[in-house]
Amino acid sequence: MTSPSATALEFEAHYRVLGTRKRLVTLAYSAILLVAFGLSAWVGEFDPLKLLRSLPRVHEYAVKTLPTLSMANLWHDLNEWFYAPGKWLSLLLETILIAYTATLLGTVGALALCFHASHNMRRGAVSYWLVRRIFEIARTIPDLVYALIFVFAFGIGPLAGILAIAVHSMGGSGKLFAETVENIDMKPVEGMRATGANWLQVVRFAILPQVLPNFATFTLWRFEINVRTASVIGFVGAGGIGQELYTAIARLYYEDISALLLLLVITVMLIDYGCEKLRHNMIGKEHH
Amino acid sequence: MRENIADFDVASIAATRARYPLAFEAPLLVRLRIRATWLAFFVLTAYCFWTFNLSPVRLWQGSGTLVDIASRMFPPTVGDAFNDYLWALFQTIAMAFLGTIIAAVLAVPLGLMCARNIMPVRIAQFLFRRTSDTLRGIDQVIWALIFVRAVGLGPLAGILAIIISDTGTLAKLFSEAIENADKKQAEGIRACGGNAVQTIRHGIIPQVLPVMLSNVLYIFESNTRSATILGIVGAGGIGFYLADRIRTMLWEEASFIMIMILIAVYVIDWISKLVRRRLIGGARETAGVVH
Repeated sequence: MTSPSATALEFEAHYRVLGTRKRLVTLAYSAILLVAFGLSAWVGEFDPLKLLRSLPRVHEYAVKTLPTLSMANLWHDLNEWFYAPGKWLSLLLETILIAYTATLLGTVGALALCFHASHNMRRGAVSYWLVRRIFEIARTIPDLVYALIFVFAFGIGPLAGILAIAVHSMGGSGKLFAETVENIDMKPVEGMRATGANWLQVVRFAILPQVLPNFATFTLWRFEINVRTASVIGFVGAGGIGQELYTAIARLYYEDISALLLLLVITVMLIDYGCEKLRHNMIGKEHH
Repeated sequence: MRENIADFDVASIAATRARYPLAFEAPLLVRLRIRATWLAFFVLTAYCFWTFNLSPVRLWQGSGTLVDIASRMFPPTVGDAFNDYLWALFQTIAMAFLGTIIAAVLAVPLGLMCARNIMPVRIAQFLFRRTSDTLRGIDQVIWALIFVRAVGLGPLAGILAIIISDTGTLAKLFSEAIENADKKQAEGIRACGGNAVQTIRHGIIPQVLPVMLSNVLYIFESNTRSATILGIVGAGGIGFYLADRIRTMLWEEASFIMIMILIAVYVIDWISKLVRRRLIGGARETAGVVH
């Protein structure tokens, strides 16, 4: 048996120091997190006891929304549960079309402005600053707030909702588009400029081919989000299935709630699935 | 074979075109499919514009009112309820924070159950994944409205809504991160005789923790934005005042609240950026963060 060498001892000591330091840092972060959590619980009136007391009520509510289905009379029971399939399906279709139109308008807006908001293609300090602020305000104010305001300007109905979602989408997509443009390879741009191309031609032939796959991915993703949003803008009178859902929840038509939510979840899943397929398709083509 | 470009003339180009038609244009079927896609796109768009009455006239009339509303928003005025606004704003941020933290804790087990490489029983994994899809397939505002009905008005309903919908979102993000983790380290732990829990703790968690933290921060940022509207349905926070001021057409006060929200979101984004840099360092920003 030889005694452990000096190097090994030194290693052990150093390892222990590092371990202690790491533990202290973790402890400090945990303490900060705990303080922030306590502060939030106080401001947010979050009371674990109240939460525990309310859980049975949540459960009771959930049970009430479940329909009564019997095996013997399944078809009749289902008919009773989904008593207005035509109306609901047409409202769902309207919701999807609202999301589609809003995504289209928002994407066109973002496409038109994003080059001004990326520092490598900007056309001047003023427009750069202005477009960035427009994008920030457009995406920070929630779509539902725009919908509330637009209902005053365009009247109750889908148009207000479409424009509200479009403005919000423009801000969100615009930021992502501008960041994509900032990350492109600048050599094609220089090449186009050297041939005497104007700004629009540079954008069309040097930038768009590079960024189009990314833009398409972002737009599909935005459409998925917008379908979800389009399902709630009806809460403030801006069209889609939200109005029906709001009535059902507010007036406690329990079985309608579960029927409508089920339809909504299936729709959202189908759309997510379709978009995923399209995305794979596009990315697949890119690799060939 | 190398040819000089100066030797090309119209006839030789035509000959080449005849010999290699696919080098000049796509096959007829592909061209037809592209045309059909564009046609469907235009028809669908035209139908939408028609059915939603999205006409320039209506847009023009509406923008007149909109400009009028915008002009009434200036100058933003605080009214006499600044303290209420400030408290409600803090409440919004607190709701977002609590909701995100609790959702993150709940999403870890759900995310593990949704990951194909952790959950060996395929049917169970499928069911867990559909559960998380259902949670996030329903918008946060719908959850908020439901919880307002179930537990009453106030921030608790909002916090519960955030917890429910973000448990779904985070579980999906976590499970994707876990599925993308390098298998070798988990195999190493298992080869040393580690059990399932040890494999997850030492073989997988160290790899995915930075990604998970980054996802949680992103969701927190997104929640401070979305929590501002939960008040519209009575689920606590600044949204209640904002919706109330808009509905009663007190535009100057509405614009003041919106400016407060903008500032709060900037501050949160800035703090979040600092924390991100500190916790994750230069580590990889995954594509998953965008989702």
